[in-house]
Amino acid sequence: MDRNFTYMFYGFTVAWLIVIGYVISIAVREKNLRSELDRVKRLLEDRESEAKQNATTRRV
Amino acid sequence: MRVKLIILLSVLSGSLIAWNLHTMFLSVPDEANQGAIFRIIYFHVPSAITSFTGFFVAMCFALVYLAKRNLRFDSIAAAINEVSLAFATITLITGSIWGRIIWGIWWTWDPRLTSYFICLLMYFGYFMLRRAIDEPHQRARLSAVLSIFACVDIVIVWKSIEWFRTQHPGPVLSIRNGGGMAPGMEAPIWWNLLALLMLSASLILIRTRQQSIQHEVETLRRYAHAF
Repeated sequence: MDRNFTYMFYGFTVAWLIVIGYVISIAVREKNLRSELDRVKRLLEDRESEAKQNATTRRV
Repeated sequence: MRVKLIILLSVLSGSLIAWNLHTMFLSVPDEANQGAIFRIIYFHVPSAITSFTGFFVAMCFALVYLAKRNLRFDSIAAAINEVSLAFATITLITGSIWGRIIWGIWWTWDPRLTSYFICLLMYFGYFMLRRAIDEPHQRARLSAVLSIFACVDIVIVWKSIEWFRTQHPGPVLSIRNGGGMAPGMEAPIWWNLLALLMLSASLILIRTRQQSIQHEVETLRRYAHAF
Protein backbone atom coordinates (compact mmCIF):
# COMPACT_ATOMS: atom_id res chain seq x y z
CA MET A 1 0.00 0.00 0.00
CA ASP A 2 2.96 2.33 0.67
CA ARG A 3 4.22 1.68 -2.84
CA ASN A 4 0.73 2.47 -4.15
CA PHE A 5 0.76 5.85 -2.38
CA THR A 6 4.33 6.60 -3.50
CA TYR A 7 3.45 6.07 -7.17
CA MET A 8 0.36 8.25 -6.79
CA PHE A 9 2.69 10.95 -5.44
CA TYR A 10 5.01 10.43 -8.46
CA GLY A 11 2.05 10.81 -10.82
CA PHE A 12 0.87 14.07 -9.27
CA THR A 13 4.44 15.39 -9.09
CA VAL A 14 5.11 14.67 -12.77
CA ALA A 15 1.83 16.34 -13.79
CA TRP A 16 2.68 19.48 -11.82
CA LEU A 17 6.31 19.53 -12.96
CA ILE A 18 5.18 19.50 -16.61
CA VAL A 19 2.70 22.34 -15.99
CA ILE A 20 5.26 24.40 -14.02
CA GLY A 21 8.00 23.70 -16.57
CA TYR A 22 5.73 24.80 -19.40
CA VAL A 23 4.69 27.99 -17.57
CA ILE A 24 8.38 28.80 -16.91
CA SER A 25 9.19 28.23 -20.60
CA ILE A 26 6.36 30.63 -21.55
CA ALA A 27 7.73 33.25 -19.12
CA VAL A 28 11.26 32.90 -20.54
CA ARG A 29 9.96 33.24 -24.11
CA GLU A 30 7.96 36.35 -23.09
CA LYS A 31 11.12 37.94 -21.67
CA ASN A 32 13.17 37.08 -24.77
CA LEU A 33 10.45 38.37 -27.10
CA ARG A 34 10.18 41.70 -25.24
CA SER A 35 13.95 42.25 -25.40
CA GLU A 36 13.99 41.24 -29.09
CA LEU A 37 11.15 43.69 -29.81
CA ASP A 38 13.05 46.50 -28.04
CA ARG A 39 16.23 45.62 -29.95
CA VAL A 40 14.47 45.66 -33.34
CA LYS A 41 12.70 48.94 -32.51
CA ARG A 42 16.04 50.55 -31.62
CA LEU A 43 17.58 49.15 -34.81
CA LEU A 44 14.71 50.61 -36.83
CA GLU A 45 15.08 54.04 -35.18
CA ASP A 46 18.82 53.99 -35.93
CA ARG A 47 18.20 53.05 -39.57
CA GLU A 48 15.54 55.78 -39.91
CA SER A 49 17.79 58.49 -38.46
CA GLU A 50 20.67 57.30 -40.70
CA ALA A 51 18.39 57.51 -43.73
CA LYS A 52 17.25 61.04 -42.75
CA GLN A 53 20.87 62.17 -42.27
CA ASN A 54 21.84 60.76 -45.65
CA ALA A 55 18.92 62.54 -47.30
CA THR A 56 19.90 65.89 -45.67
CA THR A 57 23.57 65.46 -46.69
CA ARG A 58 22.55 64.74 -50.29
CA ARG A 59 20.33 67.86 -50.36
CA VAL A 60 23.20 70.04 -49.01
CA MET B 1 -9.07 43.36 -21.31
CA ARG B 2 -7.09 40.30 -22.39
CA VAL B 3 -4.74 40.58 -19.38
CA LYS B 4 -7.73 40.79 -17.03
CA LEU B 5 -9.24 37.69 -18.66
CA ILE B 6 -5.94 35.79 -18.32
CA ILE B 7 -5.71 36.73 -14.62
CA LEU B 8 -9.36 35.83 -14.02
CA LEU B 9 -9.02 32.42 -15.70
CA SER B 10 -5.75 31.66 -13.87
CA VAL B 11 -7.18 32.59 -10.47
CA LEU B 12 -10.39 30.62 -11.07
CA SER B 13 -8.54 27.52 -12.27
CA GLY B 14 -6.01 27.74 -9.41
CA SER B 15 -8.78 28.02 -6.81
CA LEU B 16 -10.74 25.18 -8.37
CA ILE B 17 -7.67 22.91 -8.48
CA ALA B 18 -6.93 23.68 -4.81
CA TRP B 19 -10.53 22.84 -3.86
CA ASN B 20 -10.38 19.66 -5.99
CA LEU B 21 -7.14 18.54 -4.33
CA HIS B 22 -8.86 18.97 -0.98
CA THR B 23 -11.85 16.92 -2.20
CA MET B 24 -9.85 14.11 -3.81
CA PHE B 25 -7.57 13.62 -0.82
CA LEU B 26 -9.90 14.26 2.09
CA SER B 27 -13.43 13.46 0.86
CA VAL B 28 -13.02 10.68 -1.72
CA PRO B 29 -12.13 7.28 -0.20
CA ASP B 30 -9.50 4.91 -1.63
CA GLU B 31 -10.82 2.69 -4.42
CA ALA B 32 -11.58 -0.85 -3.19
CA ASN B 33 -9.24 -2.71 -5.58
CA GLN B 34 -6.67 -0.08 -6.55
CA GLY B 35 -6.18 1.84 -3.31
CA ALA B 36 -4.76 5.38 -3.38
CA ILE B 37 -3.23 5.15 -6.88
CA PHE B 38 -6.67 5.43 -8.53
CA ARG B 39 -6.57 9.18 -7.71
CA ILE B 40 -4.29 9.61 -10.72
CA ILE B 41 -7.53 9.42 -12.72
CA TYR B 42 -8.33 12.95 -11.49
CA PHE B 43 -5.45 14.32 -13.59
CA HIS B 44 -5.08 11.56 -16.20
CA VAL B 45 -8.61 11.75 -17.66
CA PRO B 46 -9.12 15.57 -17.46
CA SER B 47 -5.69 16.11 -19.09
CA ALA B 48 -6.63 13.70 -21.88
CA ILE B 49 -10.00 15.40 -22.52
CA THR B 50 -8.34 18.84 -22.38
CA SER B 51 -5.78 17.75 -24.98
CA PHE B 52 -8.45 16.18 -27.24
CA THR B 53 -10.56 19.34 -27.04
CA GLY B 54 -7.55 21.51 -27.80
CA PHE B 55 -6.39 19.44 -30.78
CA PHE B 56 -9.93 19.49 -32.19
CA VAL B 57 -10.34 23.27 -31.77
CA ALA B 58 -6.86 23.78 -33.28
CA MET B 59 -7.92 21.71 -36.30
CA CYS B 60 -10.96 24.01 -36.72
CA PHE B 61 -8.65 27.05 -36.73
CA ALA B 62 -6.38 25.24 -39.22
CA LEU B 63 -9.41 24.77 -41.51
CA VAL B 64 -10.34 28.44 -41.12
CA TYR B 65 -6.76 29.38 -42.04
CA LEU B 66 -6.94 27.24 -45.19
CA ALA B 67 -10.22 28.93 -46.14
CA LYS B 68 -9.23 32.53 -45.36
CA ARG B 69 -5.39 32.50 -45.56
CA ASN B 70 -5.17 34.79 -42.54
CA LEU B 71 -2.03 34.09 -40.47
CA ARG B 72 -3.80 35.04 -37.26
CA PHE B 73 -5.76 31.75 -37.38
CA ASP B 74 -2.53 29.83 -37.89
CA SER B 75 -1.04 31.51 -34.79
CA ILE B 76 -4.09 30.59 -32.71
CA ALA B 77 -3.97 26.97 -33.96
CA ALA B 78 -0.26 26.70 -33.09
CA ALA B 79 -0.84 28.17 -29.61
CA ILE B 80 -3.69 25.72 -28.91
CA ASN B 81 -1.68 22.73 -30.21
CA GLU B 82 1.29 23.64 -28.03
CA VAL B 83 -0.77 23.85 -24.83
CA SER B 84 -2.66 20.66 -25.75
CA LEU B 85 0.63 18.84 -26.34
CA ALA B 86 1.69 19.65 -22.76
CA PHE B 87 -1.56 18.11 -21.45
CA ALA B 88 -1.17 15.09 -23.76
CA THR B 89 2.31 14.49 -22.31
CA ILE B 90 0.84 14.64 -18.79
CA THR B 91 -1.78 12.05 -19.81
CA LEU B 92 0.75 9.61 -21.22
CA ILE B 93 3.20 9.86 -18.30
CA THR B 94 0.57 9.68 -15.53
CA GLY B 95 -1.02 6.72 -17.35
CA SER B 96 2.33 4.96 -17.47
CA ILE B 97 2.88 5.48 -13.72
CA TRP B 98 -0.63 4.20 -13.01
CA GLY B 99 -0.04 1.16 -15.26
CA ARG B 100 3.17 0.30 -13.40
CA ILE B 101 1.14 -0.37 -10.25
CA ILE B 102 -2.08 -1.79 -11.71
CA TRP B 103 -0.71 -3.79 -14.68
CA GLY B 104 2.83 -4.29 -13.36
CA ILE B 105 4.32 -2.72 -16.50
CA TRP B 106 5.26 0.82 -17.55
CA TRP B 107 4.11 0.41 -21.14
CA THR B 108 2.36 -1.96 -23.53
CA TRP B 109 1.59 -1.63 -27.25
CA ASP B 110 -2.15 -1.63 -26.58
CA PRO B 111 -4.30 0.17 -29.24
CA ARG B 112 -5.23 3.06 -26.91
CA LEU B 113 -1.66 3.66 -25.77
CA THR B 114 -0.14 3.18 -29.21
CA SER B 115 -2.62 5.47 -30.99
CA TYR B 116 -2.09 8.15 -28.32
CA PHE B 117 1.68 7.78 -28.62
CA ILE B 118 1.41 8.21 -32.42
CA CYS B 119 -0.76 11.28 -31.81
CA LEU B 120 1.95 12.73 -29.55
CA LEU B 121 4.64 12.04 -32.16
CA MET B 122 2.53 13.75 -34.85
CA TYR B 123 2.14 16.90 -32.77
CA PHE B 124 5.87 16.93 -31.91
CA GLY B 125 6.39 16.63 -35.68
CA TYR B 126 4.00 19.57 -36.17
CA PHE B 127 6.29 21.82 -34.11
CA MET B 128 9.44 20.50 -35.78
CA LEU B 129 7.84 21.31 -39.14
CA ARG B 130 7.01 24.84 -37.98
CA ARG B 131 10.60 25.41 -36.91
CA ALA B 132 11.94 24.11 -40.21
CA ILE B 133 9.96 26.46 -42.52
CA ASP B 134 10.63 30.22 -42.56
CA GLU B 135 8.06 31.41 -45.10
CA PRO B 136 4.94 32.17 -42.97
CA HIS B 137 2.22 31.12 -45.44
CA GLN B 138 3.98 27.91 -46.50
CA ARG B 139 4.53 27.07 -42.81
CA ALA B 140 0.89 27.80 -41.99
CA ARG B 141 -0.44 25.75 -44.93
CA LEU B 142 1.65 22.64 -44.19
CA SER B 143 0.99 22.93 -40.43
CA ALA B 144 -2.75 23.15 -41.09
CA VAL B 145 -2.69 20.01 -43.24
CA LEU B 146 -0.69 18.12 -40.58
CA SER B 147 -3.05 19.35 -37.85
CA ILE B 148 -6.04 17.97 -39.78
CA PHE B 149 -4.32 14.59 -40.33
CA ALA B 150 -3.27 14.38 -36.68
CA CYS B 151 -6.80 15.12 -35.56
CA VAL B 152 -8.05 12.00 -37.36
CA ASP B 153 -5.88 10.05 -34.93
CA ILE B 154 -7.72 11.72 -32.04
CA VAL B 155 -10.92 9.98 -33.18
CA ILE B 156 -9.05 6.65 -33.22
CA VAL B 157 -7.66 7.31 -29.72
CA TRP B 158 -11.12 8.25 -28.42
CA LYS B 159 -12.89 5.22 -29.92
CA SER B 160 -10.07 2.66 -29.46
CA ILE B 161 -11.32 1.54 -26.04
CA GLU B 162 -14.68 0.68 -27.61
CA TRP B 163 -13.28 -0.90 -30.79
CA PHE B 164 -10.59 -3.04 -29.14
CA ARG B 165 -10.87 -4.73 -25.77
CA THR B 166 -7.27 -5.04 -24.65
CA GLN B 167 -5.13 -3.88 -21.72
CA HIS B 168 -6.51 -0.35 -21.29
CA PRO B 169 -9.84 -0.33 -19.40
CA GLY B 170 -13.04 0.38 -21.32
CA PRO B 171 -15.12 3.55 -20.79
CA VAL B 172 -15.71 4.34 -17.10
CA LEU B 173 -17.32 7.79 -17.33
CA SER B 174 -21.11 7.94 -17.18
CA ILE B 175 -21.34 10.08 -20.37
CA ARG B 176 -19.86 7.16 -22.31
CA ASN B 177 -22.20 4.69 -20.61
CA GLY B 178 -19.31 3.43 -18.54
CA GLY B 179 -21.05 3.53 -15.20
CA GLY B 180 -17.94 2.15 -13.52
CA MET B 181 -17.62 4.85 -10.87
CA ALA B 182 -19.68 6.01 -7.92
CA PRO B 183 -21.14 9.50 -8.58
CA GLY B 184 -19.18 10.95 -5.65
CA MET B 185 -15.96 9.62 -7.14
CA GLU B 186 -16.73 10.82 -10.67
CA ALA B 187 -17.65 14.44 -9.83
CA PRO B 188 -14.04 15.60 -9.10
CA ILE B 189 -13.04 14.45 -12.61
CA TRP B 190 -15.48 16.96 -14.14
CA TRP B 191 -14.45 19.76 -11.77
CA ASN B 192 -10.79 19.10 -12.56
CA LEU B 193 -11.62 19.09 -16.26
CA LEU B 194 -13.21 22.53 -15.89
CA ALA B 195 -10.12 23.76 -14.00
CA LEU B 196 -7.71 22.39 -16.62
CA LEU B 197 -9.80 23.85 -19.47
CA MET B 198 -9.64 27.29 -17.81
CA LEU B 199 -5.89 26.88 -17.21
CA SER B 200 -5.31 25.89 -20.83
CA ALA B 201 -7.47 28.81 -22.04
CA SER B 202 -5.33 31.26 -20.08
CA LEU B 203 -2.11 29.67 -21.41
CA ILE B 204 -3.49 29.80 -24.97
CA LEU B 205 -4.32 33.52 -24.57
CA ILE B 206 -0.75 34.18 -23.39
CA ARG B 207 0.78 32.15 -26.26
CA THR B 208 -1.47 33.85 -28.83
CA ARG B 209 -0.32 37.27 -27.59
CA GLN B 210 3.29 36.10 -27.79
CA GLN B 211 2.73 34.93 -31.35
CA SER B 212 1.45 38.39 -32.32
CA ILE B 213 4.53 39.99 -30.71
CA GLN B 214 6.65 37.53 -32.74
CA HIS B 215 4.88 38.65 -35.94
CA GLU B 216 5.48 42.29 -34.98
CA VAL B 217 9.19 41.55 -34.46
CA GLU B 218 9.43 39.80 -37.84
CA THR B 219 7.60 42.65 -39.62
CA LEU B 220 9.79 45.33 -37.99
CA ARG B 221 12.93 43.34 -38.81
CA ARG B 222 11.93 43.12 -42.48
CA TYR B 223 11.15 46.86 -42.46
CA ALA B 224 14.54 47.64 -40.83
CA HIS B 225 16.38 45.59 -43.46
CA ALA B 226 14.53 47.46 -46.22
CA PHE B 227 16.43 50.70 -45.39
